[in-house]
Amino acid sequence: MSQTDLEIVVDDPTAPEDDSPSVISSGTIEIFVCLLLLALAATLGYDNWRSGAAWDSTGPEPGYFPFYLSVILGGGSLYGLIAAFVAHRAASESFVTRAQARRVMAVFVPTLLFCLVVQFLGLYVASFLLIASFMRLLGKIALWKSLLTAFLFTAIMFVTFDIAFDVIMPKGPLEAAFGY
Amino acid sequence: MEAFGLLLHGFAVLLTWKTLVLMMVGLVLGIFVGVLPGLGGPNGVAILLPLTFTMDPTSAIVMLSCIYWGALFGGAITSILFNIPGEAWSVATTFDGYPMAQQGRAAEALTAAFTSSFIGSLVAVLLITFLAPMISSFALKFGPPEFFAVYLLTFCSFVGLGREAKHKTIISMSLGLLLAGVGMDTVSGQLRMTFGSAELLRGINFLVAVIGLFGISEILLTMEERLALRGHAASISLRVVLSVWKDLPKYWVTLLRSSFIGCWLGITPGGAIAASFMGYNLAKRFAKDPESFGKGRIEGVFAPETAAHASGTSALLPMLALGIPGSGTAAILLGGLMVWGLNPGPLLFVEHKDFVWGLIASMYLGNVVGLVLVLTTVPIFASILRVPFAAVAPMIVVSCAIGAYAIQNAMFDIWLMLGFGVVGYVFKKIGIPLAPFTLALVLGNRAEDAFRLSMIGAGGDLKVFWSNGLVGSITTLAIVLLFWPVIDRVLAGLKGARCRQTA
Repeated sequence: MSQTDLEIVVDDPTAPEDDSPSVISSGTIEIFVCLLLLALAATLGYDNWRSGAAWDSTGPEPGYFPFYLSVILGGGSLYGLIAAFVAHRAASESFVTRAQARRVMAVFVPTLLFCLVVQFLGLYVASFLLIASFMRLLGKIALWKSLLTAFLFTAIMFVTFDIAFDVIMPKGPLEAAFGY
Repeated sequence: MEAFGLLLHGFAVLLTWKTLVLMMVGLVLGIFVGVLPGLGGPNGVAILLPLTFTMDPTSAIVMLSCIYWGALFGGAITSILFNIPGEAWSVATTFDGYPMAQQGRAAEALTAAFTSSFIGSLVAVLLITFLAPMISSFALKFGPPEFFAVYLLTFCSFVGLGREAKHKTIISMSLGLLLAGVGMDTVSGQLRMTFGSAELLRGINFLVAVIGLFGISEILLTMEERLALRGHAASISLRVVLSVWKDLPKYWVTLLRSSFIGCWLGITPGGAIAASFMGYNLAKRFAKDPESFGKGRIEGVFAPETAAHASGTSALLPMLALGIPGSGTAAILLGGLMVWGLNPGPLLFVEHKDFVWGLIASMYLGNVVGLVLVLTTVPIFASILRVPFAAVAPMIVVSCAIGAYAIQNAMFDIWLMLGFGVVGYVFKKIGIPLAPFTLALVLGNRAEDAFRLSMIGAGGDLKVFWSNGLVGSITTLAIVLLFWPVIDRVLAGLKGARCRQTA
């Protein structure tokens, strides 16, 4: 049946290089995360202790459960912190290489901007901008293809959610101009 | 045979044009989601959930579960043709599936994968049909202490039996339970952990967290890797399908063994991933010529696929009967039930017969329709992978944002989703498992309520969890499972007391 076999090949011109230097090691990130979790556990623990973490005649007070959960979370993070420190010297596996970080940021930053734009211009305008610019700038796809895809996708979303299924999305001045 | 009559009724509920169309739409969307890199079963269901908010619960669950079946089918396509497992549970399928494709037997491998998925799901659905009503009617006698004991069992088995570092599972679970508690306390009405923020008053929505943790973080992770791919296009002819089906009876032992493993691991929170590997390894161990595995043997496709699907499907059993999800996707479906105003748990079988049996009937129908659909449309779906990721990634981001916003119509949730996306990315990279977090977040409030209601009933006496044989044995089992690694080590130590001991 080999005559029915066609190859499908997709290239990735901006792939991260394999020999890219590491930005930061996993161990360092683990220590950082454990410290953050420890701080979170302390904050939440304090808040719950304030709202009553004792055991009265009818059973636990509202803060009881979350208070002890914060203690468990704190304990787990502390253990993780120590474990990460001990293992740190032995192995420092890379958390992310420079090339990888660049690619991740190339998605994360536009996503962040997208969320900001949603807040001011509404979801549909933001979607159009995100898809068109992402395809054009990062995918190096022809401008007309990028604009057309972005427009079609946004239009389909609008028809599906706002019109067909009555799921109302945040809107901005553009939609207002069309009376939605 | 009460179940049988109710099942027929379920089919009657389903057989309307509207539901059948929704079923097809769900399956196509599901296969789409399963084939695309950076998306999978749980993400797909979570992102597409908002579509169903305005539907009636039965149509909604039919569509969502069809998305799930579709995603399960779709994962096999990329594993076999491209050696890229769409899902973690498809990894074992690549061992023999991809070599088969390289030998020009792609059509055969795909047929085997789809057929065995179908068989695995069918066995699990049969199990659900007959077991779920029994379990739920038994569970109707449960009071708060019994329910708390069952929740405790679920949590403890994750910690005790999970393969990740224990402290990481504990961190993930306690964080999930804590975040579940944010907002208004349901028992006393007091505000907890809101720090005066009006946005936090609503609490942290489970689905928003899931969309961020699985959807956004998955895109970030996918971008780290080289996205170039090379694979085979294949079309399946009727002749190949029939020749594979003709040989099926030869492999009945493998199929049955994998179905059994899958059902067992699906009900207990072990999951489809473990099931697929176990199915594969056992098939290899029992084979007369184990060394031929990994070189394109059809049993190497049958075994993991059957197990993965049996497990993925049977994970819905505890969700339906007890309100405890057996997998990440089941947890999201459970979140959906709550959005549609249904209260998951044993009462579902009494109060919402149409819904439950409609869902079970849709599992039968969805699998049959899905099998036909994938067998006929594989070439189209394989070519989806030609679509550049630079076009797919922003569309996924937009879908995630729509999903997150639609749940409570809150802009804050879009930011929350982004935050969870970063958390999910970092957690996955340093090996903190996300499944316990998801489970804890969806069950947290119910577990706490059950605990406090039993305390109020018992006047604050902890002995209520050992007050009768049933609750006592569940609680004890939970504690045994929690300390299982320690117990296991002590037992091993006793056995080899004279031998050299390692801590």
